[in-house]
Amino acid sequence: MSKTVSALLVCLAVFIALLSTACGNRSTKAAVKDEKDRKGAPDFTLKDANGQTVHLSDYKGKVVLLDFWATWCGPCKIEIPWFMEFEQQFKDRGLSVVGVSMDDDGWNAVKPYLMKMKVNYRVLLGNDQVGTLYGGVDSLPTTFLIDRQGKIASVHIGLSESKDEFKNAIVRLLDAPRATATGSSGRLLASSVGAK
Amino acid sequence: MPPAWAQSSAILSVASSEKLIIKRGATAQAKVKLELQPGFHVNSNTPADAYLIPLKLTWAKDPLQAEQITYPKPQLEKYAFSVTPVSVFSGSFEVLTRFRAPQTLAPGLNMMSGKLRYQACNNKECFPPRAIDVHVTLDVQ
Repeated sequence: MSKTVSALLVCLAVFIALLSTACGNRSTKAAVKDEKDRKGAPDFTLKDANGQTVHLSDYKGKVVLLDFWATWCGPCKIEIPWFMEFEQQFKDRGLSVVGVSMDDDGWNAVKPYLMKMKVNYRVLLGNDQVGTLYGGVDSLPTTFLIDRQGKIASVHIGLSESKDEFKNAIVRLLDAPRATATGSSGRLLASSVGAK
Repeated sequence: MPPAWAQSSAILSVASSEKLIIKRGATAQAKVKLELQPGFHVNSNTPADAYLIPLKLTWAKDPLQAEQITYPKPQLEKYAFSVTPVSVFSGSFEVLTRFRAPQTLAPGLNMMSGKLRYQACNNKECFPPRAIDVHVTLDVQ
């Protein structure tokens, strides 16, 4: 009897998974990986809205929320106010939110949106090379949480179920012991790509 | 060359299903049939939000002249990410084009080429804008 129930539950799970795929919803949850399973976040060099050159490695020792987004992406616009709140709430504890815009039209499209939304964190103009370094980033939003050691602790593709999902992950990374976080392995990966 | 063929992407399929018969100096209407995978949508040709990228069909300047492009009536849909309804197309739909054949055009088989630019999303994520080729085979009489 119990085997039959188990088999039915497995079938149901597979069916739900297939249905979810068929309906195009493939967003993933931002589960924080164990430290041993984390890989280094590729370094990059991009420009911000003021023309200043920014390297991801500039943020060494901080927890980074790296958000790939675009002005034409509706789901991204739900998350941006959350990220503004996180920047304000956790900046002093060592969080840096960094947006990477994937708009083809460049700053002409992005700057007016940043001003309209009063975005309070740094936004960089991305390119395909940086997207490729981060696994292709073939859909938006795609958000990476990077620990103080420069390692990717979680990846979230698509609109998150809730703001708390990100918040809990951020707090966990901020609360991680500093001794571990600033150890000798605290370097970003050597692979890098430059600004256009 | 087949009279009609499909151009596909992972999300959107385009098929010009009929050969267009057109007389020199006259007009005729071509249908571009489009189909989106279930769960996906594209912005309509008239999205309410200026930041959204509209569906847009453009044609080469010859051998025919595209006089008018008619998009279907958009659907207004609410999604997890939208505060207000979004003007979209989903499922199967058609875009019509009225072509005019120049009087000087040589009779026989020919081809009209165009591009369809679109930007697709599902309920949770959006995909970069793409442009795919669209072709209509012509029988000029």
